[in-house]
Amino acid sequence: MKKIIVIILLGTLGFYTAHTFFDIGFGFPHFEHGIKDVYLQKTVSDLKVSNTVTSIVVNFRGFDTLGEVTVLFLAVTALGGILYKRRHEVGERSVLFSASSIVTSGSKLLFPAIILLGVYVFIHGHLSPGGGFQGGTIIATGFLLMLLTYENYSVNHTVLSLVESLAGIAFAGIGLLGFMHGGTFLQNFIEPGVLNNLFSGGVIPIIYIMVGFKVGAELTGVIYTVLHEKG
Amino acid sequence: MIYFILISVLVVLIIGAAVYAIRQKDLLYAVIATGIISLILSILFYMLQAPDVALTEAAIGVALTTIIFIITIRNTVRFEDERDKKDKFKSAVK
Repeated sequence: MKKIIVIILLGTLGFYTAHTFFDIGFGFPHFEHGIKDVYLQKTVSDLKVSNTVTSIVVNFRGFDTLGEVTVLFLAVTALGGILYKRRHEVGERSVLFSASSIVTSGSKLLFPAIILLGVYVFIHGHLSPGGGFQGGTIIATGFLLMLLTYENYSVNHTVLSLVESLAGIAFAGIGLLGFMHGGTFLQNFIEPGVLNNLFSGGVIPIIYIMVGFKVGAELTGVIYTVLHEKG
Repeated sequence: MIYFILISVLVVLIIGAAVYAIRQKDLLYAVIATGIISLILSILFYMLQAPDVALTEAAIGVALTTIIFIITIRNTVRFEDERDKKDKFKSAVK
């Protein structure tokens, strides 16, 4: 009985998936008139975003970005789950080799500048090259510098997972708010504003700031977990 | 013209670094060569007018991946045939 129900459910799912894919019509003429022209024109006229890459990644293909963020989250969770038991205490053989005083004071000086650069990159994601992923990785390299230099430098795992989860929830929540205002998931429901302003592009900067927080927290967690693994 | 020369030099360098990374038996040097590949690749991305990809490549390829590989080498073996050598030594003793 159970098997029959499973087969029926799978058959229904397969039928509707196949139906959707046949409806797209790959290879028919509507794919030959380049969609790139529509994107380029809509980016400037409708969304008021200067960086076309950002407008495609966050707005036109926003659902794919949500999937990417989910993949990263799952990878980090799996890594933490595998290595959690084998971690040793903070300060015990956590650095590759002990750092000299030049390195310690230099990295103390560089750390705020790296964090500032990362924050700049993801706040200005819709105006200049870069965005959430790039800014997040730059922030993670800043924490990497501190973790490599100071033996007893530690990051709070509770805060990291809290930031990560809240940013992910905010991303999905903004997507759901689109249902209430426009009609589709991740609809751009805020007024776009003026081209080249900091506050422009509707929800695009908000989503990219969330992605930046999420990626930064996740990659910092990865580095911390791997660095404190018992060899 | 100078653009073409610069791109040619970078392409030759990237191929050289890749061959070095494959041929090198010391895994630490091979990882550093992989980092150099990422660095040159990010310059090439920038020259091909893809600054977004260049930023990603610079942050992930040069810094994060290299460091994670180095930590892995610290926790495992440094030379490619260290395990083989040990096995051969054991069989020779027997």
